Amino acid sequence: MVAQLTKSERQLALIILLAISLWGLAMAVAGHGDPLGVHGAIVLLAGIAGTFGVISGYYAPEPDDSRLDRYFDDPSRMGIILAMVWVVAGLFVGDWIAWQLVNPNLTFDAAWSSFGRLRPVHTSGVIFGFGGNALIATSFYVLQRTSRARLPDQLSPWFVLLGYNLFCVIAATGYLMGVTQSKEYAEPEWYADIWLTIVWVTYFIIYLRTLARRKEPHIYVSNWYYMAFILVVAMLHIVNSLAVPVSIGHAKSYSAFSGVQDAMTQWWYGHNAVAFFLTAGFLGMMYYYLPVRAGRPIFSYRMSIISFWGITFMYMWAGSHHLHYTALPHWVQTLGMTFSVMLLVPSWASAGNALLTLNGAWHKVRDDATLRFMMVAAVFYGLSTFEGSFMAIRTVNALSHYTDWTVGHVHAGALGWVAMITFGAIYASVPWLWKRERMYSGRLVEVHFWLALAGTVIYVFAMWNSGIIQGLMWRTYNESGTLAYSFVDTLVAMHPYYIARAIGGLLFLIGALVGCYNIWMTIRTADQPADQRLADRPVPALAGVSAPQPAE
Amino acid sequence: MFNLHYRLERKTIGLMLAIIGVASIGGAVEIIPLFTINQTVEDAPDMRLYTPLEIAGRNIYIREGCYACHSQMIRTLRDEVERYGPYSLAVESKYDHPMLWGSKRTGPDIARMGNKYSDEWHVRHLNNPRDVVPESVMPHYSWLGRTELRYDDLGVHLAALRKVGVPYTDDMIANAKSDAYGQATPDTPFAEGVTKRYGAATNVRAFDGRPGDLTEMDALVAYLQILGKLTDAAHKHAAGG
Repeated sequence: MVAQLTKSERQLALIILLAISLWGLAMAVAGHGDPLGVHGAIVLLAGIAGTFGVISGYYAPEPDDSRLDRYFDDPSRMGIILAMVWVVAGLFVGDWIAWQLVNPNLTFDAAWSSFGRLRPVHTSGVIFGFGGNALIATSFYVLQRTSRARLPDQLSPWFVLLGYNLFCVIAATGYLMGVTQSKEYAEPEWYADIWLTIVWVTYFIIYLRTLARRKEPHIYVSNWYYMAFILVVAMLHIVNSLAVPVSIGHAKSYSAFSGVQDAMTQWWYGHNAVAFFLTAGFLGMMYYYLPVRAGRPIFSYRMSIISFWGITFMYMWAGSHHLHYTALPHWVQTLGMTFSVMLLVPSWASAGNALLTLNGAWHKVRDDATLRFMMVAAVFYGLSTFEGSFMAIRTVNALSHYTDWTVGHVHAGALGWVAMITFGAIYASVPWLWKRERMYSGRLVEVHFWLALAGTVIYVFAMWNSGIIQGLMWRTYNESGTLAYSFVDTLVAMHPYYIARAIGGLLFLIGALVGCYNIWMTIRTADQPADQRLADRPVPALAGVSAPQPAE
Repeated sequence: MFNLHYRLERKTIGLMLAIIGVASIGGAVEIIPLFTINQTVEDAPDMRLYTPLEIAGRNIYIREGCYACHSQMIRTLRDEVERYGPYSLAVESKYDHPMLWGSKRTGPDIARMGNKYSDEWHVRHLNNPRDVVPESVMPHYSWLGRTELRYDDLGVHLAALRKVGVPYTDDMIANAKSDAYGQATPDTPFAEGVTKRYGAATNVRAFDGRPGDLTEMDALVAYLQILGKLTDAAHKHAAGG
């Protein structure tokens, strides 16, 4: 890692790590007796560990200029490993709390192990830990290939990747200690938010600097999506996290917004975290890996333009559909519903574009589980965007809101779309990144595929059933005109579905573990022939042999 | 149009500005008017502020992630109004930084739970929910009653809340600590200060049943007992007033 850095980059790394250590020390002192102090200690330890790492490699020989003829993939490799670590942790916690709803005594009789504290560990672990690391890793990979340009330097990508993971660790440990803003998917407190902003700005600067050095005249469609993902997430994050800390010695802060304005801001954030983190970023992934793996050009350039701008424009209006029939003014609810329904057009344009790209390659979908992951992801993307538009209709939402139907919808998207496209992209890029012929075991990719698909289908069907049953029971009247069921009646009716859901989640977790083993064994196996390695360069070394490129 | 895009996608900064511009419109149109149109939040002259002890309880509610399973937002639907009470008004959460409307009801809505059950019921329920509701899947919070409440810094909390717009007075901020103690310790001089500053209707009781010590259980139960009770606006609204 350090051997890849130039002398001046090593010096800059030490300065940055010193600053991080001092920041940690300041938080540890100011936050003594508060969870902030614990986070200060974690940051201080991270800073010191990094400093030792850089010092121990400080006098290693500098990389020579031939590195500039190659892509810089070390951060992508590490990002994929970190993504797999987070997905196992995040899925494990998710399945654990799913079993807690079957049997509430599955805790350690300790505050940190209750549902309320573990739930954000699950959501942040899978969305930000798994999804975020996968997006950073693949975006660096795709950005370089589609621009035919190496990342601008060796230090900033490491800063982004490791700094982002420091944020994830602060977030997850914070939830266990009860540190939370209580804004869903934006739970980390003010100091973590400031840190993420610094990391995120650096991330975008890498994008700008690499694109400025590109040898392709056009910016490829994947990069539009990755850029929208970085830019809009920054916008959402900064506005929704505006808050006043109790003091610089407290982890706790109070949101700048209250009541109805806070609700609208939160769900403007919340729904667009879905749109720009979980959709735009992963569409960027899909637009590269799916056509390359299928060996087919993207079906329609015009459809990708329409869907990109449609998604970027319309999603931002849709957040208020989370607040139907609430104290939010009716006109805002109506706008949210209208745009949510219209969103079906660009969403299906994307899903259709992906599936039509596979025309002529369906035999590969049959034989290749990696490509099948991506195909099923596109199908689930189409299904869950249809479901989302449907649930955003006010009268449908009257039934679905507050029930498990929402949970089922989210997981159709998260397991079926986000995780499937990511696993497909990871299985495609692990052999490329580690210069291997292929994955260690194709059969294990197949096993993972079927476990993931079975787990998703069981999960989603269980939640559809429980959500619709619960929604109907809540509104059922008996002959005398009073409510037929108590709340507890509806809770009892959920029990079998909660068992089924936890089993579905368990299958998905086992699939991810199989994937980890397969990736680990791939990394440990022998190298691929040298001529294929020469091809994957900003300027191909061999005439006529070039790295896989998605044709337009 | 596609020719225009053909040129745009060759310009990094142009593409960046286009993305920011296009993505800013929706939020601006939906959020900014909520601050400027004054019918958005109703008037409620009788609305009172959370006491320091209730703020501490609210922070425990947030810390434990209770909002993940309980909503505090009754929708304008017949069955919800009959099950939970008058539908929620915007004004009722006007001092809620952040709001806790919630998004999922694994447990029931609790927007109007204040004074519906006794303190003893809440303490038993939090100690072990299955003692009072055998079918419940809620975690137990028995350690709340064993954990002393940190209340020495509540003045700073109130001051921070004032910065984001909650009208706490200097008097309230200066006395936050003694008010927190007094609200859970009736028949002391501290208790009188609470009713003086926050109104005669404020609950002043030993919420956890033990007047001597101030625990996290006191704070959380004090908060749960005020839910829906900060103003009568919703009830007046429902009565057509």
